[in-house]
Amino acid sequence: MNKEKSCCSPVNACYAEVLVTPHNQKDEWVTGEIHTSQGSVPVISTDISFEDTFGAWKVRWGIGRMNYRINPGLYALGQPDHKSPVLVSANYKLTFDALRKELSGLHCWILILDTKGINVWCAAGKGTFGTDELVSRITKTGLSEIVSHKTLVLPQLGAPGVRAHEVTRRTGFSVVYGPIRAHDIKSFLDSGFKATQEMRTVKFTVWDRLVLTPVELVATTKYSLMVFGVFFIINLIAARTFGLADFIAYAGAVVTGTVVTPALLPIIPGRAFAWKGWLLGLLWTAGFIWFNGWFVPEFLLLAIGYLLVLPSLSAFLAMNFTGSSTYTSFSGVIREMKIAVPLIALSSIAGILLVLIKSLSA
Amino acid sequence: MKDRYLRNVATLRLLDEKCFGCGRCAEVCPHRVFIVEDKKVRIKDKDGCMECGACAKNCPVNAITVKAGVGCAYAVIMGWLTGSEPSCDCSGGGECC
Ligand code: SF4
Ligand code: SF4
Repeated sequence: MNKEKSCCSPVNACYAEVLVTPHNQKDEWVTGEIHTSQGSVPVISTDISFEDTFGAWKVRWGIGRMNYRINPGLYALGQPDHKSPVLVSANYKLTFDALRKELSGLHCWILILDTKGINVWCAAGKGTFGTDELVSRITKTGLSEIVSHKTLVLPQLGAPGVRAHEVTRRTGFSVVYGPIRAHDIKSFLDSGFKATQEMRTVKFTVWDRLVLTPVELVATTKYSLMVFGVFFIINLIAARTFGLADFIAYAGAVVTGTVVTPALLPIIPGRAFAWKGWLLGLLWTAGFIWFNGWFVPEFLLLAIGYLLVLPSLSAFLAMNFTGSSTYTSFSGVIREMKIAVPLIALSSIAGILLVLIKSLSA
Repeated sequence: MKDRYLRNVATLRLLDEKCFGCGRCAEVCPHRVFIVEDKKVRIKDKDGCMECGACAKNCPVNAITVKAGVGCAYAVIMGWLTGSEPSCDCSGGGECC
């Protein structure tokens, strides 16, 4: 009797030992647990704490980006019951936070797939947000015992990875694709799973583009340090040493390619990203050279050299932004690169040669 | 302003005779490429297609083909350098493809 008591006396203690989703007790966003026939399910908060905001900021700057994830499995939001809707998402913490903060006041289940800490869109492209993972996660969590209905709401951006009709065939659950933005989920649920055309269309706002630029900038730092190293070595033997002006010219071209071009993307004439970057890079370089008074015979070699190399650098960096955009196609990128890469390479080599000649022989 | 990329490059194809107009492709497409009319679907804006592959994957009768891939220059460069299929390994900057 006593023995039994120590184990099972609080009514649900034994029951609660089975965890549908293991989670870290210290996580502030877990506020409790809910008991189901399959075991206990963590209840999550819709509030974003300072820690969450700070974590997001770090990730934006490329710190610990690959390891910002939560445990996959089933979570509860509010007080869901067997009739509550099931939303499916990825185990990238940033994605998860963006979702839960839009759901205050709702009662629903959230099924988190193991996408290796990658957002839905990218994971769907890779196939980790995919049919097999979804099917196995449904089985592992015992979802069909927890809810009595047979509908899953998936993010529309997960569709490239999931074959909806196959999920239905293998699990009996039918798939409804929800809106693209977490912000629209409430009205989607309220309207009985109706998404407007607007909710179904990917947007790429100035803000969307700007939040992506710090990571791009950080990614170029490594290469920039190498460039500065080369500057330094050349300075040891150069007749005209590289100074602050050269640094600014270079840094300006990097910022033009990684920040300014993405920010102004739709209003820069033309379509190819490399072209857009090149155009702005040219404006920057020409402006800077003019400002420095290098358009004189003495500095002509340097001026032409920079005009060849710096806009190419901006073009290259801008072209890399295709990876962050939401509307570039594979065939398009290949078409663009087949033309841009050789031009960028030739122009850069010629430009570097001219700058070097000027530095070493002036 | 609508973002537009290069014209006439998308590999999207629709096999009219297979399509029974369920509208799934129009539901999943993030760029509103399809339009459903009279129990059939039609490609309305081919140049808007970013080759994500969602429509082809979710068509129950395989009426759509598209060469899906990542529209990411970094991935393509890595693919060229390593001789493998371009895939986004998410370490090249940006929030990935
Ligand atoms: S998903 Fe396939 S069958 Fe359904 S409307 Fe699109 S093309 Fe036609
Ligand atoms: S591949 Fe993607 S963008 Fe292109 S039509 Fe299909 S769903 Fe739309």
